[in-house]
Amino acid sequence: MGLLLSIKKKFSFILRLFFKKDKMRIGIYGPPNAGKTTLANRILRDWTGDVIGVESEIPHETRRAKLREGVKIEVDGKTLTIDIVDTPGIATKIDFHDFLKYGMSEEEAKRRAKEATEGVIEAIKWLDDLDGILLVMDSTEDPYTQVNVTIVGNIEARGLPLLIVANKIDLPNASPARIKSAFPQHTVVPISALKGINIENLYRAMAEKFG
Amino acid sequence: MEGVQLSLISKERLEKMASMEKLRMILDSVKEGKIVVLESGLTPEEEAKLIEMTMLEIDHENFVGIEVESYPYKEGFFSKLFGKKKGRLTVIGPANRLKTLEKKEDLITALVKIGD
Repeated sequence: MGLLLSIKKKFSFILRLFFKKDKMRIGIYGPPNAGKTTLANRILRDWTGDVIGVESEIPHETRRAKLREGVKIEVDGKTLTIDIVDTPGIATKIDFHDFLKYGMSEEEAKRRAKEATEGVIEAIKWLDDLDGILLVMDSTEDPYTQVNVTIVGNIEARGLPLLIVANKIDLPNASPARIKSAFPQHTVVPISALKGINIENLYRAMAEKFG
Repeated sequence: MEGVQLSLISKERLEKMASMEKLRMILDSVKEGKIVVLESGLTPEEEAKLIEMTMLEIDHENFVGIEVESYPYKEGFFSKLFGKKKGRLTVIGPANRLKTLEKKEDLITALVKIGD
């Protein structure tokens, strides 16, 4: 069973060339507070008119993966139909004390921290059921973190198509160039999911990568 | 003498260990407050598994997670062909003791906190 899974992972990119799916299941990944839900909501607002989840400045707002099926994106006359999975932020540490500064009670902070740990596990498990990844990074932060490196490594090991989304370019200290230089082997698309800046470029890149 | 225990584990020793054995050893050591340095690191899949196991063991009191830092994976001809990537030097410690100050492609600078 393990061998079969390993073979499937290793040659999945070859299989994809011959057996393209009608509908791709795309996961939105990244560290907490990178803007994953903001991006998911932007895509859904643009193409379906609704949203998938609550956006918040408090880390680990999304603690359960959320799936929206059958989102149709039209770019340059081509239609891309995708299922979107908005995943919880991946982290190596979750300290409930970090939530106290947002005015939560200790009990509430501990509950959020516990749910966040479950969310990280859920996000990692989802990697085995996806056909492509949008990896969201905050352009104002150092992209060279272990979480980003681990996510990219796992996506590459599975042979999944990957687009790196350099988010928050509307902020003054944003540097998408830093992300490009940290991950030169991948396509990086600078956007602001919040303001919708460059979002058309992202849809074009998605159609090219996942279509 | 007061201090933080460092365990430097050789590539040879790591190669003899099964993945779960390796991850269990790392997590048990880190939960005891030790810093573990792996000469040959972990594969991306092992790192993801380590994060999963860490999340299961966070108790919100004594153990809040881990800090991991390693150099990026090197990709050679065979790793491109077969998708198997080998890890490189990796430092793992308890999140409340080990803090990364700077990470570059060829340099990791970290701070180790001694005592509480």
